Amino acid sequence: MSPQPPLLSVEDLTVTFTGRGRTDVRAVSGVSFDVAQGQVTGLVGESGCGKSVTSLALMGLLPKKGVTVGGHAYFDGTDLLGLGREQLRDLRGSKLAMIFQDPLSSLNPVIPIGLQVTEILTRHRGLRGDAARKEAALLLERVGIPDPTRRLKEYPHQLSGGMRQRALIAMAVACAPRLLIADEPTTALDVTIQAQILELLKELVDQQGTALLMITHDMGVVAGLCDRVNVLYAGKVVEAAERKPLFAAPTHPYAHGLLGSIPRLDAPRGEPLNPIRGSIQDTIAWSEGCAFAPRCDFYSERCLSGTPELTEPHTAGHRVRCVHPVAPPSKEGADR
Amino acid sequence: MSLLELDDVKVHFPVKRGILFDRTVGHVYAVDGVSLSVTAGQTYGLVGESGCGKTTLGRAVLRLTDITSGSVVFDGTDLAQLPEEEMRRARRRLQMVFQDPLGSLNPRQNIESILAEGMAAHGIGADRAERRERIKEILTKVGLPHSALSRYPHEFSGGQRQRIGIARALVLQPDVIICDEPVSALDVSIQAQVINLLEELQESEGLTYLVIAHDLAVVRHISDVIGVMYLGSLVEEAPSDALYAEPRHPYTRALMSAVPVPDPEVEDRRERILLRGDLPSPASPPAGCRFHTRCPWRQPTRCDTERPALADIGGGHRVACHWAAEIADGSLRPTSELAPPVLVDTGTDGEPGTDPGAGEDTDPGTERKETAAGTPA
Ligand SMILES: Nc1ncnc2c1ncn2[C@@H]1O[C@H](COP(=O)(O)OP(=O)(O)OP(=O)(O)O)[C@@H](O)[C@H]1O
Ligand SMILES: Nc1ncnc2c1ncn2[C@@H]1O[C@H](COP(=O)(O)OP(=O)(O)O)[C@@H](O)[C@H]1O
Ligand code: SF4
Ligand code: SF4
Ligand SMILES: [Mg+2]
Ligand SMILES: [Mg+2]
Repeated sequence: MSPQPPLLSVEDLTVTFTGRGRTDVRAVSGVSFDVAQGQVTGLVGESGCGKSVTSLALMGLLPKKGVTVGGHAYFDGTDLLGLGREQLRDLRGSKLAMIFQDPLSSLNPVIPIGLQVTEILTRHRGLRGDAARKEAALLLERVGIPDPTRRLKEYPHQLSGGMRQRALIAMAVACAPRLLIADEPTTALDVTIQAQILELLKELVDQQGTALLMITHDMGVVAGLCDRVNVLYAGKVVEAAERKPLFAAPTHPYAHGLLGSIPRLDAPRGEPLNPIRGSIQDTIAWSEGCAFAPRCDFYSERCLSGTPELTEPHTAGHRVRCVHPVAPPSKEGADR
Repeated sequence: MSLLELDDVKVHFPVKRGILFDRTVGHVYAVDGVSLSVTAGQTYGLVGESGCGKTTLGRAVLRLTDITSGSVVFDGTDLAQLPEEEMRRARRRLQMVFQDPLGSLNPRQNIESILAEGMAAHGIGADRAERRERIKEILTKVGLPHSALSRYPHEFSGGQRQRIGIARALVLQPDVIICDEPVSALDVSIQAQVINLLEELQESEGLTYLVIAHDLAVVRHISDVIGVMYLGSLVEEAPSDALYAEPRHPYTRALMSAVPVPDPEVEDRRERILLRGDLPSPASPPAGCRFHTRCPWRQPTRCDTERPALADIGGGHRVACHWAAEIADGSLRPTSELAPPVLVDTGTDGEPGTDPGAGEDTDPGTERKETAAGTPA
């Protein structure tokens, strides 16, 4: 474990959507995790498990109406969830930045890329005119956009998906943030472009010491990029571990099942997949027991006596929310 | 035995401009000369990145899109030459399953009516009761309860909707199913269910599949033969295991090296071939080898002038690269040993027109300045 205190410490985050006449939706249901300085922390899970809502809550980007947010998120000592609008806005773009799955929706379509970058440089770093333009071109060049001076004059729709994501990363890192939250930043991209963007994010972490909260549904991306991983299911962390122990000995039945159901490029052809049965719709409320119970092969009556706690059944630092954790594979041993 | 045989299939979409939108100013070369053959009872997987022409090719086989030239021989008949009415009848035997299960199902029809529609159109089942029996049988096969009959698409999850899409094809007792991204809209745990279902059905119904997908791991898992597409044509084709063991085309190698593997031990050991830039536009594909604007092995001769043919190298393996043999035996190295890290990769001095992302032809004059892989190592 890192000796430094974590840069971000999320404690018991809950987000509930309360609609008129509709039943409340508890999208995030007591999520806790840390993001270490200068490391890549993964938040992984299938669609609807609360990844995006978590990140939006941290950034203060959820609508104020019809949403109840609880818990704490200590960033460098201050609780993000207790900050006012102004303070959050100052933090966003300077110490804290975010990139999204769909870069087009976070870029202004009617303003040239250049102006959108220089605006940030003016607001947060006080750069103006030529100095701002020069710095903007440098930023685009650093994220691998060829011919940056020409690109600065172009509008978002004139760039390819990969290039838009690069532009967005350039804007996000313009002020050398301490923490970058990336919500499925490569999901909309082709795999060769994804490889470029992941490489770029790795460089940022290595060279600038930026901490990265990587949100993804792709276990392959996690395997290549993350230092520590949190697996989310139905709005709760169900397993949290360092990267290698997680993949060597997935211990929560959900994480275990997930890894068994992914076709691998390097697996011999014809090896059968072991899907998890049912779907995310077959979920019970955490207050009644384990939300994964209806799909779980390890289920017993005990699973319905209250919410299972996070414990460390096999190794220190490898936390699992399950009353029947999967035994580690025998030859890997419990000391990994 | 080959059940479906494509020969030099081209689909060019005219690009129209002008006040009356009737002046053709160019073409999108969406599919530009694809020849392949799908063996009865097997799965042919077509893989490639967004916009390379996979969907267009699938639609062209069913003539949902007009074929510009070439032939599509299905069970001895050239579909490209069939009159519309006969083509309509042929479609019973060739069905398609789409990526977006919700978008391809009419929200106002219940499941029975969705499934019975095609049967009625093709004269399958004497009456409603007989059709219902057949539909129930198929629902069981795809793992849906009979209570689904009276329900509507929005009442089902994504994975269940994809099962409905598969059932809709199956009720017509087709020989061939073209699956366009059958699992890419689904969560991984559900993907595996649908992949397994497709495999079981192939076995029990004797189906032949043409599976179109961008996910190489999925395609490798289910295909007997894989064709890799780039900008409208095949760059490589091989039996699934051979393609994985010995990818011969530079693009296949790059694609394979870019696919993340859910195993940190593997990820840490892997070498990545990073490609520069983006896919050029299919409206102005590069001259010569279409991959030359991004190819790490690109050579100063032939690559940018001469279009390589898909050549047979034995063992059912075909490759479209002038230098495939030299690359395979190691006598040709990448122009720069694995591309440099992106952050310091300020490779080009950025003349307009040399940027593949702009979709413009590379000016041959700048060739020596801009190596495809960027700054020399
Ligand atoms: N009706 C049309 N008119 C003009 N251009 C078209 C038409 N349909 C497709 N295209 C173009 O043809 C090319 C190939 O498209 P296609 O949909 O076949 O790609 P694809 O390989 O299926 O991509 P994806 O993985 O994104 O589904 C693209 O450049 C696309 O924009
Ligand atoms: N504005 C909203 N109103 C009501 N429910 C919402 C809203 N946004 C998200 N949700 C619900 O919250 C849950 C988590 O969503 P999200 O965080 O977007 O998932 P993902 O993990 O795919 O990013 C889902 O069940 C989703 O339907
Ligand atoms: S608590 Fe019970 S139902 Fe939940 S994952 Fe563990 S074994 Fe399965
Ligand atoms: S022909 Fe040349 S540019 Fe094309 S793939 Fe082969 S080496 Fe690369
Ligand atoms: Mg999301
Ligand atoms: Mg498509």
